[in-house]
Amino acid sequence: MTQRLPLIVFALVMALIPLVPGIPPFWIVLLDNIGLAALVAMGLVLLTGVGGLTSFGQAAFCGFGAYTTAVLTTAYGVSPWLTLPLSLLVSGIAAVLLGIVTVRLSGHYLPLGTIAWGIGLFYLFSKLEFLGRNDGISGIPPLAIGSYKMLSPGAIYCAIWIAVLISALLTMNLLDSRTGRAIRALRRGHIAAEAFGVHTPRAKLLVFIYAAVLAGLSGWLYAHFQRAANPTPFGPQAGIEYLFIAVVGGAGYVWGAVLGAGIVVILKEVLQSYLPYIFGGQSQLETIVFGILLVMLLQLAPSGVWPWLMAWLPLKAARKRPDTSLTLPARERAPTTSAALLQLDRARKQFGGVTAVNDVSFDVKAREIVALIGPNGAGKSTTFNLITGVLTATGGKIAVLGKDVEDAPPQEVVKLGVARTFQHVKLVPDMTVLENVAIGAHLRGHSGAVASMFRLDRADEAKLLAEAARQIERVGLTDQIDQLAGSLSLGQQRIVEIARALCVDPMLLLLDEPAAGLRHMEKQRLAALLRQLRDGGMSVLLVEHDMGFVMDLADRIVVLDFGTKIAEGTPDAIKKNPEVIKAYLGAAA
Amino acid sequence: MNTTILLFLLQDGITNGAIYALLGLALVLVFAVTRVILIPQGEFVTYGALSYAMLATGQVPGTAKLAVAMGLVAFGLDLFSARKSLHSRLVARAVAVDIVFPLAVCLLTYALAGPKTPIAVNIALALLIVAAIGLFLYRIAFQPIAHTSVLVLLIASVGCHLALQGLGLVFFGAEGLRGPALSSVALTAGSLRFTGQSLAVYGLAIAFIVALWLFFGYSLTGKALRATAVNRLGARLVGIRTTLSGQIAFLLASLIGAISGILIVPITTLYYDTGFLIGLKGFIAAIIGGLVSYPLTAVAAILVGVVEAFSSFYASNFKEVIVFTLILPVLVLRSLAAPAVEEEKD
Repeated sequence: MTQRLPLIVFALVMALIPLVPGIPPFWIVLLDNIGLAALVAMGLVLLTGVGGLTSFGQAAFCGFGAYTTAVLTTAYGVSPWLTLPLSLLVSGIAAVLLGIVTVRLSGHYLPLGTIAWGIGLFYLFSKLEFLGRNDGISGIPPLAIGSYKMLSPGAIYCAIWIAVLISALLTMNLLDSRTGRAIRALRRGHIAAEAFGVHTPRAKLLVFIYAAVLAGLSGWLYAHFQRAANPTPFGPQAGIEYLFIAVVGGAGYVWGAVLGAGIVVILKEVLQSYLPYIFGGQSQLETIVFGILLVMLLQLAPSGVWPWLMAWLPLKAARKRPDTSLTLPARERAPTTSAALLQLDRARKQFGGVTAVNDVSFDVKAREIVALIGPNGAGKSTTFNLITGVLTATGGKIAVLGKDVEDAPPQEVVKLGVARTFQHVKLVPDMTVLENVAIGAHLRGHSGAVASMFRLDRADEAKLLAEAARQIERVGLTDQIDQLAGSLSLGQQRIVEIARALCVDPMLLLLDEPAAGLRHMEKQRLAALLRQLRDGGMSVLLVEHDMGFVMDLADRIVVLDFGTKIAEGTPDAIKKNPEVIKAYLGAAA
Repeated sequence: MNTTILLFLLQDGITNGAIYALLGLALVLVFAVTRVILIPQGEFVTYGALSYAMLATGQVPGTAKLAVAMGLVAFGLDLFSARKSLHSRLVARAVAVDIVFPLAVCLLTYALAGPKTPIAVNIALALLIVAAIGLFLYRIAFQPIAHTSVLVLLIASVGCHLALQGLGLVFFGAEGLRGPALSSVALTAGSLRFTGQSLAVYGLAIAFIVALWLFFGYSLTGKALRATAVNRLGARLVGIRTTLSGQIAFLLASLIGAISGILIVPITTLYYDTGFLIGLKGFIAAIIGGLVSYPLTAVAAILVGVVEAFSSFYASNFKEVIVFTLILPVLVLRSLAAPAVEEEKD
């Protein structure tokens, strides 16, 4: 992998630093602190930068890790190495309990919730008798291998940075996988991810636990590094500082966490040791300057220092193309019968007093292209949302292959083989076309988070990427496969959405205005593709405003106006229907 | 438990709650208009309170000079950001707002400060100083990054909090200060004694809540401020000056913070870093109010105050734990009541 080489170089540099003759021991202490902070910030990168869940409470998870080992080693004499899994476990369990409550919070409630329990836990740490109240616990034994005790900052340096490097590697592996794509899709809202079977609350809880376990690891190391634990480093101030580190470094980048930790820790240290010389003894001057510098840094580089730095370095390694000879098992196709694939029976949706969809009934049969047309506000997109489970119908029946889906969540509907695109494109702009399309194949892979972290998912992953690459080729975007989705034109982004939907290997494809923003030639190519899909056994239901495109392509047309079906029939019949003409052009004179 | 204790705790809780309500309102106001979660709100409280307390002893607080310094920086930023289209009216406005205003406040403070200055003058000076600081804080720290995400704004907000808190130590020293009471009137009703101070707290809190509610619900400027919050671009397209909206919000918030500080500094000793925790409790009230509703925030603030009073009586060790975990069930309920809306953010 292209990520490996810089990692190995970095590991070598870090390994050589303590061997440099005459290096001040104090620098090693600083590097220890940077490593400890980087571990927590790395969790935040995943949680906040990638997953979009802002947490102020990470310091509290460090506290769980540190106090677990502190209590067990001092009061019960357990060996420090045995407490490592326990520390991680306690942090993880705390994360599950808090996460179940927290990740369900929507919008701004989430960061606020984390502030609340972050502060609550801090006061709890400082009041509980068995945690030593405000004084904490001291006399924690050092880490030891055999008879070698890691007493000096230089000795524990290795332990800390090995932990940082392994965590960085595991985190990058996780991000570059099926689960990782699901996590990266979280930040752009949940509707698109769920439409392809991602269980978003579960994915959120996963990153929450992952970040907490990394923080717990940092806390465990901290306890054995300081040989003491007290509440202050696990309080709200520290929680805020970890968030700083992640944001300053670049909230979406694993190495941004390490860089941010370096910047913040060294900056604070420099300010603390040199400012009193310059301005003479004024205490707290460093917080003033630190605060001001932080605001200035954000104004210069609002997205963090790491991406800003990377823009200067020519580190654009060529990506490996997926091997398209690998295949995934295909869905079993319904035989060409006239039985309805999708059936709406008086489907109804009311928003308060507005009836957006008013008892609409129609069906889509196998190997058929049906168009849903109507003026703006006719209820076409709402009908799509009812079918795909984004909205729950107020009344009526919706069935896919005879199975009722009007109450099913989007994840269940897609399992039945119904894939969709969105009127307002919902791609992840900072993921490549290939990665975006691979989200469509989410349900066809099996590897979980742990397998991905240890690269046991490669066979599964290669098949998913091969499928994605094949669908991209099918829609004719192979030249753009490695570009970021956000850099494509809107028309091309719509085509990417179609490729993503095709990755589901759907029976029924729902397209919401697929031709909008396309040029004439592109529209013709799209029409040809849709015909080819139909002939291959797929059904298509599409919403479209381009009448030429619709009349040319559709086998059957359903016309909605103000939520009510006003006509249904072949394109020729619809063209002559007086109701339809009235709806589009106003009453005939 | 007897009724006297009960009533006493209730009274104590409501007095504190009224202060939290004021701060909660200011936080809601700033968040609604600028999307900034105003962590330095606590500093506005301490700056107002301690400036007033220092003025009462006849000294000139360092905050007056800070206002002038921040004005100069704001002036530089104003000129720099308008460098392509400098015209005389713009420069005149910048000179008036950024230089003349804080300088006038500072000179006035030096001229009037003395051991015999009336309380009302001291209050007015303290309010003017903090208002200027609030205004320039937005101009300097937040206006250049107004378009960025809530997260970046929040981190900048924390940066401001750190800088202002550090400056607070420089200006006011590490020792706590108390200010003179606004009035020495006291009423007795049964076993309860209402001081003029606590009555002023209630009165002002209620007045502000009603005023803000009316302002945002019914005035055009208030609606323009809300429109800025919902969609900056849309607001600009219909002619709302979004930077002005932000400055107004910060001006109001700093005024409210300073008033809260002046109201409590006669009751409790304040230190340069007390504001943070007071601000956080106002924050809890604001969260319970969902960062949008003023009346709900006020009710929640009273609740926070009362819970705090009772838990400090029965379980003083776990007072903060109880107050801060109180919020979790509320957050869950609010999330369930308002199910996830698709957010288009980055």
